[in-house]
Amino acid sequence: MARRRGRDRARLARVGRWFVILSCMTFLGFPFYWMLITIFKQNADLYETENNPFIFNAAPTLENLRQLFYDTGFVRWLGNTALVGVLVVAITLILALPAAYSLARLTGRWGERLGILLFLTYLVPPTLLFIPLSRVVAILGFQDSIWSLVIVYPSFTIPFSIWLLMGFFKSIPRELEDAAMVDGLTRFGAFIKLVVPMSTSGILTVVIFTFTLVTQEFVYALTFISPESHQMLGVGVPTFLILGDVYFWGSLMGGCLIASVPIALVYNLFLDRFIAGFTVGAVK
Amino acid sequence: MAVKRRPRSTGSSGLGLGVAMFLPAVLYVLLLVAVPFGMAFFYAFSDARIGSGGEHFVGFENFSSVLENPTFRKALGNSFIFTISSQILVLIGSTALALALKDKFRGRGFVRFVILLPWVAPISLGAIGWKWILDSIYSVINWVLIALHIVKPFDKPMWLGQPVLAMISVIVVHTWRLMPFSTVILLAGLTAVPRDIPEAAAVDGAGFWRTLFEITLPMLRPILNVAMLFGIIFTFTDMIVVYVLTAGGPYDSTQVLPSLAFFTGIQGSDLAAGAAISLFLVPLLVVVAVLMLRMAHRAEVT
Repeated sequence: MARRRGRDRARLARVGRWFVILSCMTFLGFPFYWMLITIFKQNADLYETENNPFIFNAAPTLENLRQLFYDTGFVRWLGNTALVGVLVVAITLILALPAAYSLARLTGRWGERLGILLFLTYLVPPTLLFIPLSRVVAILGFQDSIWSLVIVYPSFTIPFSIWLLMGFFKSIPRELEDAAMVDGLTRFGAFIKLVVPMSTSGILTVVIFTFTLVTQEFVYALTFISPESHQMLGVGVPTFLILGDVYFWGSLMGGCLIASVPIALVYNLFLDRFIAGFTVGAVK
Repeated sequence: MAVKRRPRSTGSSGLGLGVAMFLPAVLYVLLLVAVPFGMAFFYAFSDARIGSGGEHFVGFENFSSVLENPTFRKALGNSFIFTISSQILVLIGSTALALALKDKFRGRGFVRFVILLPWVAPISLGAIGWKWILDSIYSVINWVLIALHIVKPFDKPMWLGQPVLAMISVIVVHTWRLMPFSTVILLAGLTAVPRDIPEAAAVDGAGFWRTLFEITLPMLRPILNVAMLFGIIFTFTDMIVVYVLTAGGPYDSTQVLPSLAFFTGIQGSDLAAGAAISLFLVPLLVVVAVLMLRMAHRAEVT
């Protein structure tokens, strides 16, 4: 009797669990599924309210994608985003690597505090800074140029990267550096020749997240840059694939999906490190 | 071979090198965060506009004119409504989802990939996806509702065109965006909860709900706080969802502080008023920062 009740309860738990998983997956994943369907539909099919939107009422087409790649600035935006991404990654690594090492190893308790303070700058949102920064960018003459973004983006990628790398450096045993210094390397030499090569996976994590943050950013790109050809993906797709009141839904959805899925795939590989950066020691 | 002296790990030269190594990064960040932050205050007390030089100090004029503006009051209220209601939905949804995903099963990796998409995809593009789903004419939701005879074809809801529905839509899209983030953070917290305690409770006859509310959730408290604090920041300071979905409309009914700051300060060229509006974000940010510092301090002590 008791055992049967236990079995019933286990079955109920399993049903409940899958109910939660499937309904959440539907809610969270549906927009992307919908993008995928929309991309391959002919306009005549899309813009006929009588048609069942879940099936292809007309033959699937590649026309929307062709339009996206040949008739819009999409490829240009991809290029801009990649270029800004690479440059921001470079600046971030050059500044964050030594800073994180210093705060993890050389400055003791004081460094730890400074690390937390740096992390708090992450709480100052672009929506608070974009008005003054737009003036700064205009004064520097970087208006409408991707250089404005190359300069501003590290202000939020560096603190987060320092935070991630600090944790990483702390996990490297001190004895290794001490040994290298006994063998004649300076502290800085040990950092360059020993610690940095040992931190490849930490550096890779920083590269991925910096790149992700660059593709996701919207407010600064919208504020600093207006010409279509200088635009980033995140702003270009929702701004320039709409002409007045006319939405090119097929191409729009193509742009959205193509920009989203590759990042999601890479991001998944590094998820655990990212979480560790966010949980600020609340999980040990 | 001569025995060399073991180098001291933190000597005075170590500290000098330490300062030299972190100073460039700290200066860079301060220059681009602290300086514009200060400038925002300066502008808020000036008459700065795009395209005009030479600001004058005008005291609290911007603040008083902003406070008298009904659109601003609406935006201030909306910011809180959006943040609080989406956080409640996010916390309930992500706790349920994290508990469901706690144990390993076949296909868990795929499930994780799908549920993470809203968080990883650029938010402006995700919001465009929703704009299509909620379209006034071609909304798939409306098609389903009509097919199920819940609404009539000539009287279908305009998800982004009616004030209350538009607010609900914005809240749902914020929830959609933040649920993955909150879920993975809670999952990390759940792996830290010792497995045997809930199991022991179950053996002792405690039901699912009792175990959940008296054991699992209290143990998850610290990590729930982390997820919630970040969630509040991300929602309260976000203008992208509103900008893309409704542009604050219809009739400013979904306007929030950040979007109003953008429309006033950048599109309306009134930098001073825009800066004054965005400064109303600061008190909440300070509260969250203090709470986070306290949490970090507690983690340091224990």
